[in-house]
Amino acid sequence: MEQRSGMVEKRGMGLWLTHGFMITGVLIIFFPIWLAFVASTVTQPEIVSPPMPLLPGGHFWENYKTALLSGVNVPVATMLMNSLIMAIGIAVGKIIISLLSAFAIVYFRFPGRTIFFWMIFLTLMLPVEVRILPTFEVVAGFGMLNSYSGLIFPLIASATATFLFRQFFLTIPDELAEAARVDGAQPMRFFIDIVLPMSRTNIAALFVILFIYGWNQYLWPLLITTDPEMNTIVMGIKQMFPSGDDVAEWPVIMATSILAMIPPVIVVVSMQKLFVRGLVDSEK
Amino acid sequence: MANVTLKNIKKSFGATHVIHGIDAEIKDGEFIVIVGPSGCGKSTLLRMVAGLETITSGDIFIGDERANEKEPMDRDIAMVFQNYALYPHMSVRQNMGYGLKIAKLPKSEIDAKVQDAAKLLQLEPLLERKPRQLSGGQRQRVAMGRAIVREPSVFLFDEPLSNLDAKLRVQMRLEIRELQEKLGITALYVTHDQVEAMTMADRMIVMNGGIAEQIGTPLDVYEKPQTLFAAQFIGSPAMNIFDAHVEGCQVKIRDLPIGPAQGRDGPVKLGIRPEHLVKTSDAALNASIQMSEPLGANTLLHGKLTGFDNIAITASLPGVHLLETKSFHIGFAVEPANIHLFDPETGRRLPV
Repeated sequence: MEQRSGMVEKRGMGLWLTHGFMITGVLIIFFPIWLAFVASTVTQPEIVSPPMPLLPGGHFWENYKTALLSGVNVPVATMLMNSLIMAIGIAVGKIIISLLSAFAIVYFRFPGRTIFFWMIFLTLMLPVEVRILPTFEVVAGFGMLNSYSGLIFPLIASATATFLFRQFFLTIPDELAEAARVDGAQPMRFFIDIVLPMSRTNIAALFVILFIYGWNQYLWPLLITTDPEMNTIVMGIKQMFPSGDDVAEWPVIMATSILAMIPPVIVVVSMQKLFVRGLVDSEK
Repeated sequence: MANVTLKNIKKSFGATHVIHGIDAEIKDGEFIVIVGPSGCGKSTLLRMVAGLETITSGDIFIGDERANEKEPMDRDIAMVFQNYALYPHMSVRQNMGYGLKIAKLPKSEIDAKVQDAAKLLQLEPLLERKPRQLSGGQRQRVAMGRAIVREPSVFLFDEPLSNLDAKLRVQMRLEIRELQEKLGITALYVTHDQVEAMTMADRMIVMNGGIAEQIGTPLDVYEKPQTLFAAQFIGSPAMNIFDAHVEGCQVKIRDLPIGPAQGRDGPVKLGIRPEHLVKTSDAALNASIQMSEPLGANTLLHGKLTGFDNIAITASLPGVHLLETKSFHIGFAVEPANIHLFDPETGRRLPV
């Protein structure tokens, strides 16, 4: 009896300890974001005069209005729109292309099937940064600098997503494809009516991952968008930093940072259920 | 409604030959069971009729048309798969109507047909459910329903009952048979279960190693198995097979005379079904029994021929026979009509 109560107490201690650790961790990670938020609600002199304020000030609306409507080089609203178009374009494009290529690799027997698969697989090892110069050359050659197509197309093929969809398609029983064939479904009909609805949770999970991937692109937009009107928000924050003797408008920059965080958070929170389900179970 | 003709069907996967030439004439409305051990090519044969496998050589006629190159949907067939292959994201109604939807039938007609099939299979209350909300037996019925709504000329079943428990299997096999008789549709049914084959078939094709050992009615196969394999595969418990020889119009195991036999002298394989061994007091066949399995109505006795420790024998006697002592001796007789003789070289049946 005594021992049992000891066990319970120990478990209780462990519970408090783990919670303590987690809360500390969250606080440490959250602190810079809090500082950014605080900085976005005060005035420029308040930030530069030490000590740094730790509680929000009263200039929230003012700073955010300035950021959204006028910004530093270009209104943040424009940058948000650019980022949104790029992130959605990349995510949707990647999903469509990966679904189709995985479908081809799994369900069709064509010469060089395995070679193609391994070629796609190999590109996993080549991140954007490695092929950035030749890609830039090609995009410039096509006159796609400062355009949405220039932002989206070079990033639209995804070996990771193709690979994930391939693995998922391999778990779909062959009989299902055969039943569809007996029912008279042509391959694309089978794809649209059977494979696509079955992949729905996987698609949602990938959409979340790829949206954030697209949203957080920094180097590529920095290279190909020279026109401030085409800046995306993640790189745009950097562009807001003053050059030379200009004074940094920290409240506006911080407001922009906070604004840049919101859309990925919305996507993650709103698709969380589907996202987790897509990673955990495959509906069969 | 259609007859199906298989003419010298062969199939190889690369260099591996799996089916070595099968001929069969299946009459309109007949229920044919293809039975054999796993790996004998029975599913491959069915899949060739379905159009899911290409035919290496030979011809398949469905109705009077050669179907070798036709797509499955153009063959006027419907197939029920072993794991049912229901579309998991569709309701029962959508599953059953999917083929018709692809065939671009008007919606009202699809609904009517699905409704009829659901009524026939007592699936009406389940029409809006998803497959994962159904039990094994219900999924089986939906798979049947999907086959029925298309009103095919030929039903193809690929071991449809093997995922069900024993009790449900007995019930479903009656239901399938009843339904097929009611609709009068030709059916090809693949199974490894000889009980299913015996109870369901109008005629059965006993397959082994890619060839058809025997094609005939269940009773034909049971009473006059044409090959050693068919003799052992059909019937439970399996037929006793002894190395024997014919000597002066008598068949003998070593020097024990078992019964009369025609033909020339020489070695033969002698087959006696366990249920054809009759207990007598003055018999040629004496066995010492080591094991008894009482099944209630009858008892299975396993033992060795007295004097020959390496010759096993199994008998099935009516009533209850318990082993009183550790080894218990019993004498068996067998009616001359129940003796089967096979050529030891070819495995073919010999006249008795």
